[in-house]
Parts: sequence; C-alpha cells; structure tokens
Amino acid sequence: MTGKPKKAAEINQMAHPLDDLLRTDRIPHIWCPGCGIGTAFSACLNAIKASCEDLDKVAMVSGIGCSGRGAGYIKLDSFHTTHGRAIPFATGLKLGNPELNVIVFSGDGDLFAIGGNHFIHAARRNMDITVICVNNLNYGMTGGQAAATTPYNAKTTTTPVGNPESPFNLPLMAYASGATYVARWTILHARDLTLSIQEAINKKGFSFIEVLSPCPINYGRRNKEKSLDTLKAYQDKSIIKNNAHPADLETDFSKSIVLGKFVDTDRLTCIESYDKTCRLG
Amino acid sequence: MKPSVLTGEHYMTGDEACAEGALAAGCKFFGGYPITPATEIAERMAARLPGVGGTFIQMEDEIAAIASILGASWAGVKSMTATSGPGFSLMMENIGLGIVTETPCVIANVQRGGPSTGLPTMGAQADMMQARWGSHGHYEIIALAPASVQEAFYQTITAFNLSEKYRVPVLIMADEIVGHMSEKVRIPEAKEIELISRLTPSGRKDRHKPYAAGPNGVAPMGAAGQGYHMHITGLTHDEKGYPAMSVDAHAEMMDRLMNKIRNNLDDIIITEEYLLDDADIAIVSYGVSARTSLAAVDEARRMGIKAGLLKLVTVWPFPEEKIRQLAEKVKGFVTVEINLGQIHLEVQRCAGGKAPAYLVGHPGGTIISPDRVIAMLQEAF
Ligand code: SF4
Repeated sequence: MTGKPKKAAEINQMAHPLDDLLRTDRIPHIWCPGCGIGTAFSACLNAIKASCEDLDKVAMVSGIGCSGRGAGYIKLDSFHTTHGRAIPFATGLKLGNPELNVIVFSGDGDLFAIGGNHFIHAARRNMDITVICVNNLNYGMTGGQAAATTPYNAKTTTTPVGNPESPFNLPLMAYASGATYVARWTILHARDLTLSIQEAINKKGFSFIEVLSPCPINYGRRNKEKSLDTLKAYQDKSIIKNNAHPADLETDFSKSIVLGKFVDTDRLTCIESYDKTCRLG
Repeated sequence: MKPSVLTGEHYMTGDEACAEGALAAGCKFFGGYPITPATEIAERMAARLPGVGGTFIQMEDEIAAIASILGASWAGVKSMTATSGPGFSLMMENIGLGIVTETPCVIANVQRGGPSTGLPTMGAQADMMQARWGSHGHYEIIALAPASVQEAFYQTITAFNLSEKYRVPVLIMADEIVGHMSEKVRIPEAKEIELISRLTPSGRKDRHKPYAAGPNGVAPMGAAGQGYHMHITGLTHDEKGYPAMSVDAHAEMMDRLMNKIRNNLDDIIITEEYLLDDADIAIVSYGVSARTSLAAVDEARRMGIKAGLLKLVTVWPFPEEKIRQLAEKVKGFVTVEINLGQIHLEVQRCAGGKAPAYLVGHPGGTIISPDRVIAMLQEAF
C-alpha cells in the first residue's frame, strides 16, 4: 500500500466507480447496514456497464419491496411499478420498443408471491428480458413477514413459532416455465454474479438469476443470524455445480446451497416467434 | 402493410368498431385478456395489429394486461386494453399507477351485469362509479360512453386523443348492448381524422424533468430509450420523478394531477343536447340508455310533455356546471341508466335541491324501455 490512509471525510468525497450509473442525488439509499441488496445491485450495474454498449437503450423495472427500490437508484430509464407487476410492465416496454434492453430487478416476495403468475408466463413465452431476483427469504420492507421463499420452520413476524410451509425452488420454477437462462449466486460470489448477469443480459430470451442475500434486520434477527453469519453460511454451505439439474437443487439452504448456471439453452423469443408466426405477408 | 384506417362503409359490431377506432387513432399495442362481452375487441386487434406494424399480446390476466399497456406507453407507443366488469376490477390497481405516473393509455370496459360474475352476456351500466373512484386515492379521470357502433368508433379516437393530450388513462365505458349490436359505420379517410399525440420534451436531455408541467398543466413525455434516463415511480414524486415523501410534495403532485383535468373541463367535457332549450324536464343519460331516452323525448313531445335530453358523451369529468345551469330553469331531472342510481346521484348533487332528480334505473341485463321513462315523466311531473 502506498500513501497515507484516507480520512473518512476524504473518502466520502471520492467518486464511486459506479457514480455515472447512480442517481447520486438520491443517496443515501434506504437499505439497512449489513443488507445484501447493495452488493447485488452493484453487481447488476457493473454487468450493465460491461455488456451494454448503448446505455440509453437500457431500462430497469422494479416492483415493490426493498429490492424494488433498485430502479430508483440507477441513472438510466427506470420504472418503479406496482407490487408484483414489474414483469408485465417490462413485457409491454420491451414489446413497445424491442431495441430496449429490459432488466427487472426485484425481490422474492414481489416476483414469486404476488407476481408469481407473471413470472411463469413471461418465462413460458420467452420474453426477451433479464430478471434478477434478490432472495432474502422474507418480506423485508414491511418488517419481516413470511414469503414464498421462507425456509420451513423459519421465524418471521407472521410465522412466530416457525414457518409451517415450504419454500419454492426458484431455479426449478424458472426452468419448468421455459426460461432459457437460469443461474443462482449469493452476494458473496459477487464476481461470479456479475459475470452471470452480464451473460444473462447478452443472452436472448428470458434469463433468470436468483441472488441469495442477507436481510439481517428482519430475517436474520429472528433466526439468530447476523449478517456475517449469513455470509459465512454462504461460504461454508455453497457448492458451485454448473449444469446441475434444477430439480435436484436442495431447497433447505441449511444443508447445502447449490450455485452456478443451471440452464443455458436457446429457443425463439416471444418477439421472434410473433414476427415469424403473426406477421405473415 | 395493411391500412390502419379502413375507410368506407362497414357493418360491424360496437366491439369491432372500438378496435377500428383504436387503429385509426394510431394504437400500436394491445395487451388483452379474454372476457365476455369485450373479447371481440381483443380478437379484432389480434387479427389487425400485426398487419399495421403493431403488436398484440394476450397476457395471463387483466392485471398483466394493463401493466403491459403502461409499459408499452412508456416505450412511446399508443396502447390499449379492453375488458368487462371482473377484469375491470382487476385493473384498478394499475389504473392508479397510470394516473400517478401520467401514462396515456385507453381502457375499454364493455359493461355487463354485476356484482361479481353477474350476467356475462347481458348488458349493464353499473360500473360508472367504479370508473370514477375504483382505484384507491383521490384523482380525476376521463370516461366516455358510446351509444352506437358509429360512436364506438369515434369515441375511441377521442379517448386516445384526450389520453395523449392530458397524459391520463381514458376509459371507454361501453356496454354489452352497444358492444354486441351490429350497425352501419362510416370510417372516413385517414386525413379527415384529427389525431393528437403526447407532447415530447425538447431541450437538454440530462435536464429533463418528467413532471414539469407546461402551460396546460401537462408535462411533455419522453419515452424509454431516448436518453432521458427518467425515473418513473408509483410513489408520490416531485417534478424530477423522484420519490418525495412529504406532505407538501404530495399536495403539489395532487394539485397537478387534479388541475390538469379541472382546469381544462371546457376542452374535455363533451355533451349533446336534444330539444333541451325549451324543456321543462331534462333527461340525463349516456351510452345505450341515451337511445332509450331519445325515443322517450320524442314520445313525450308527441304527448305534449316538454322533455329534452342531455346526453353525456364524456361521463367523467361530470358536467357539473351544465347540470347547475339546467337546475335553474327546468322543473326536474330524470336520469336513465342501467344501474340502480349512480350518475343519478351526481345529477341530484349538482341540482342542489333547485330541481328534483328522479331515476329510471334497472338492475341490469337489458335495455330500459322508453315506456318506463314516459311513465316516470307522467308520474313525477
Ligand atoms: S429490511 Fe432487510 S432486505 Fe430490507 S433493506 Fe433492511 S436488511 Fe435489506
């Protein structure tokens, strides 16, 4: 290391390497200390920078929730829509202007409970969009309620003695619905995650990336997990198994967390298929 | 490419005329979901849009259908959906998003009997208050009500024009009877049709403010992909479009949303009058019931009763001033509508006790016969 360590005041004034993509006039953001969303978000911004030549043609769409605030911080065309409706809004945006590179950045509650139906149908019709789901295992924004991703027996404010239900296997749902790119990473794997988002953005068709991310304030607190404990679990329990069959993925993350790219196939996108089928003559 | 405007004389249904009106207005995106009695609008758009360079998509539900048209509108495309009661209920959430994000789009509700699944194949006009207040929060909205197949064509064009001009979702509150009846429609030459498109921003792109209102209270609108790097949110926001969680910011945004409609009522409100100048009794009606009322006025005049008709082409915003003026000179009002008293309540409110207001209503499923209007005229006056 060269030079003297910087004082806090100096550091604050240093430009962040992603400043050009951030609405710096909206910082500080709302995310809690120890939250993983910021890491997932910067992976997404880095991936956009690396893979999109014309940033004017990139649009981000979010739903509602902590992760849904992503759209509010990116200095590109960005839409913070209603709860669960990011994907159908993104569908209209993409169909309205197929030149756009549309990225949905939202949370597990938004995309898989209230918005679950939209997710499976966008995957089925192979809409050419990239969906990044920050999975923090609960509804953080509203104070930590059970989600469709909350582990069995986990404590949340609406499952005070433990969750009686079982969570979705998100990559399996994406795969079964017809997504042509499916991957899962954690925020600890920021480099793999960034490369994966890059790949997903470049990929034609419906791409889905699940990002496991700690919510220390609402989920961790009730399940005796500090932010670092969650990261430690990501390190200890994760196994990278590219091409693992999504049906074989463990949904009990306390046993193992399988990461990697599970699906990377090709089929006609919604728009290609529409043009081919419906625009005859 | 096929023509967007099918100039000539046609025999078609109200639903089909609505679709043709949309195409003539430049609609290039339709996100739909099947529902009786509005399905024929989606079917016509599915057949016609790809041929005119547009896109039709059948979404997974009505929630998705309206979300998709908002998205398409922000891509810079004139967009539309069509539904009926149950689907209209599902659309309420994102009608609110359309209002607060000031997104031009058109939603046709071909009304059927309700509540709930109600009478899927039979007409009603019972969603009029839902059209006004169905989405949560306080807002202004524009709604039209076609009374004939020809009007379904023209009013759809008007709906697009108003929606583009005022950046607001516009509702076409048709009914099953008009939607499914077949009549002659004359579609003019494309050049005879006046079209309005949203104002687009000028000036430096990095200084663009998506909600900085122009002289008529409406802000020019950019589209995604043009380099404006806009942020659009359903949260209360400032001129820049940034979330602004304060009482003052909310009041400022609400003022803009309300005033762009309230300050332009003369431009927005469309009514038609028939024998109203010397009338003792003002019949107020809209949609298919205006045809009932027209027949009733003729019959009443033959009987020596001086009735006249105020037909609401735009039902919302409500022509409050017109009703107030009439209240000063008529002996009373009769509202004719296929529900049990919705617009009637508005007439009564605006009459302000200066003239009594009566209702000829119906629970739904059929048109109202002119005889019932005549009976009311004889009984009440
Ligand atoms: S509540 Fe949880 S998910 Fe939301 S910002 Fe805080 S830590 Fe992150």
